[in-house]
Amino acid sequence: MASPMTVSPFAVSPLFGRFTLESLPLHEPIVVATFVAVALGGAALLAALTKFKLWGYLWKEWFTSVDHKKIGIMYMILGIVMLLRGFSDAIMMRLQQAIAFGGSEGYLNAHHYDQVFTAHGVIMIFFVAMPIVTGLMNYVVPLQIGARDVSFPFLNNFSFWMTASGAVLVMMSLFVGEFAQTGWLAMPPLSGIAASPGVGVDYYIWALQIAGVGTLLSGVNLIATIVKMRAPGMSMMKMPIFCWTSLCTNILIVAAFPVLTAVLALLSLDRYAGTAFFTNTLGGNPMMYVNLIWIWGHPEVYILILPMFGVFSEVTSTFSGKRLFGYTSMVYATLVITILAYLVWLHHFFTMGSGASVNSFFGITTMIISIPTGAKIFNWLFTMYRGRVRFELPMMWTVAFMITFTLGGMTGVLLAVPPADFVLHNSLFLVAHFHNVIIGGVLFGAFAAINYWWPKAFGFKLETTWGKRSFWLWVSGFYFAFVPLYVLGLMGVTRRLRTFDDPSLQIWFIIAGFGAFLIALGIAAMLVQFYVSIRDREQLRDVTGDPWNGRTLEWATSSPPPDYNFAFTPVVHDGDAWADMKARGYQRPISGYRPIHMPSNTGTGVILAALSVAFGTGMIWYVWWLAVVSIVGILAVAIGHTFNYKRDFYIPVEDVTRHEDARTTALMGAVA
Amino acid sequence: MSAAGHGQGNTAAHDHADHLNEEAHGSRKGYWAGFALSVVLTAVPFWLVMTRPLTAQATAMIIMGFAAVQMIVHMIFFLHMNRRAEGGWSMMALLFTIVVVVISLSGSLWVMYHMNENMMPAMDMSQAG
Repeated sequence: MASPMTVSPFAVSPLFGRFTLESLPLHEPIVVATFVAVALGGAALLAALTKFKLWGYLWKEWFTSVDHKKIGIMYMILGIVMLLRGFSDAIMMRLQQAIAFGGSEGYLNAHHYDQVFTAHGVIMIFFVAMPIVTGLMNYVVPLQIGARDVSFPFLNNFSFWMTASGAVLVMMSLFVGEFAQTGWLAMPPLSGIAASPGVGVDYYIWALQIAGVGTLLSGVNLIATIVKMRAPGMSMMKMPIFCWTSLCTNILIVAAFPVLTAVLALLSLDRYAGTAFFTNTLGGNPMMYVNLIWIWGHPEVYILILPMFGVFSEVTSTFSGKRLFGYTSMVYATLVITILAYLVWLHHFFTMGSGASVNSFFGITTMIISIPTGAKIFNWLFTMYRGRVRFELPMMWTVAFMITFTLGGMTGVLLAVPPADFVLHNSLFLVAHFHNVIIGGVLFGAFAAINYWWPKAFGFKLETTWGKRSFWLWVSGFYFAFVPLYVLGLMGVTRRLRTFDDPSLQIWFIIAGFGAFLIALGIAAMLVQFYVSIRDREQLRDVTGDPWNGRTLEWATSSPPPDYNFAFTPVVHDGDAWADMKARGYQRPISGYRPIHMPSNTGTGVILAALSVAFGTGMIWYVWWLAVVSIVGILAVAIGHTFNYKRDFYIPVEDVTRHEDARTTALMGAVA
Repeated sequence: MSAAGHGQGNTAAHDHADHLNEEAHGSRKGYWAGFALSVVLTAVPFWLVMTRPLTAQATAMIIMGFAAVQMIVHMIFFLHMNRRAEGGWSMMALLFTIVVVVISLSGSLWVMYHMNENMMPAMDMSQAG
């Protein structure tokens, strides 16, 4: 079949590179139908934005904003939009595997199916979980430490747009050319130029490299923010636990992501320049790629889960009406996990042949890492013990997490035993395990966080009826979808299969497909929940700024917080700063405001990110002139930006007074 | 940049920068010392390789040693790192980096060495039909 992937590297046109009309997947009816739907939807959205004259508003108030709160919200929107794409891939796989029995080929051909499972993994990790985690940290950390923004506000905007650029490249690959067919880590020699000569792996490489710039810089930014910008009196051990877990996550990001960048750069050299780092020939060693990518890959899973541990800590403490049990042990457990995250990477490839001494070492370190994690579970349980627990939506997600994550943790310890791993490696048991911890940990944490901080971000609570429907559909859907995979994995079914011979397995795949259907309803219910909440926002309004009787500083200001967050920088005397202030009869100052020094918005981040998309496209399609022009453009714009002296301004005292007086009035109305 | 080019906001930015300047920034003497040490630490390995007064193994060991000292010289004289810089955060970051780099490098060497050891012995292809 003359698919675009067989275009020889010699057929490179100077103008269009290796792009031809053949590169458009017109022979794939599913992709064409998707493209038509996306094009119509996109055109309708653009028309609506133009009709309601929203472009100027979006550009001025959102795209160019350096406000950490708006950037945080944009990260969350990016994550949720990409969740819909990643989930479409998931339900396509479940459908394929449920019907491809007894000689049936299902409805996806191999070339398409291999792209679907690769895209699903890449999108869910890099463009759903990472934006949601980064978005939460961006929104909440400065508020919790009593700061007015992050340390480097422009860098923050730039980081977001680089992440979005990576997502744009992945989405582009759906309609122009193809995506990688290699699995989410693009292991060579399969991802080498000999086995994957098409544009798929190049889309993968450049999407991740460009998004990786954003991730790394936002890591640097948040570390500097947490270390340097805490309110007076907030020593490290008085910092909210979410800030601690965010700090450790960003340390992991800064230490681990350069390894990913380096290993992908080496793979690019193999593909573009004919080097032999990871080839089977000329002395290359593909195993070195596996080794290096997991040195990044294992810390990555802690990058995703640690902030969620912080979320669960805040939620449990708030909704139990108690100080968190064992704050100090929680901090040390987080630090221990941060170090141990670097000592376990080989458990991803026990079967690669390292021998007993190496496998035992990494098996034992993997089992050890479950100790601090288990300690955290006990801390949350003891926080709930004898507390007045309010089962609001964030708390419900937290309890669902504790149960689900413990199950996933146990199967993880099982996989940490090398002999057991030899049976279960690359099986559906593994797939069930990591979905168990990532859905049960990261996603449930994200939903707890969205329900918890939504009233802070928008000034009204989320509606609970649809929220509870979504909760029960998600949780039950998860168990229906993944318990069958545990069973199949124990029976020896390997991952990423497209068709099956044994008809007795089909029932399990049908149950798993039913679970995916329930999750689809759960996602739909969540979108309805957002819609209903926005429609009924006046009934759900919270004017106090503290709807949950919160304990940390973000609840001390209005909802949504003003651009400057706090009119006066709070002074901290205790770990749960806001609970302590309330207990001491805190009186909000209502006069004596001063002008507030703030950073100015800039469009440079958007421009640099757009040029990066052009650069990535040029590199992927061998359109060398485009790559050269856009890299020169990136350098010129970046240097030009250093001559921009209009970086800051003062919010006039009248504006501060007007906003704070409105809040004073609102608070008196709430009391009366 | 002329003084007239500085706007209102810029003054504030400068106050901020001046405040940061209170942190340890090296003296002229320190930079000269760092420069001299760097030159010596670079020139000696070059000389060792060009004239080969020692065995290859000894030369390699000395070069590695000088490289390690060179890194420390750069950190002390050019990056102005000490135990107190940035309230101890610089030192902590350095220690963490060393731990992670040592784990990654030594771990990779150990892992890859073992994989190599456990490879199947090369087959004698002349026996194959």
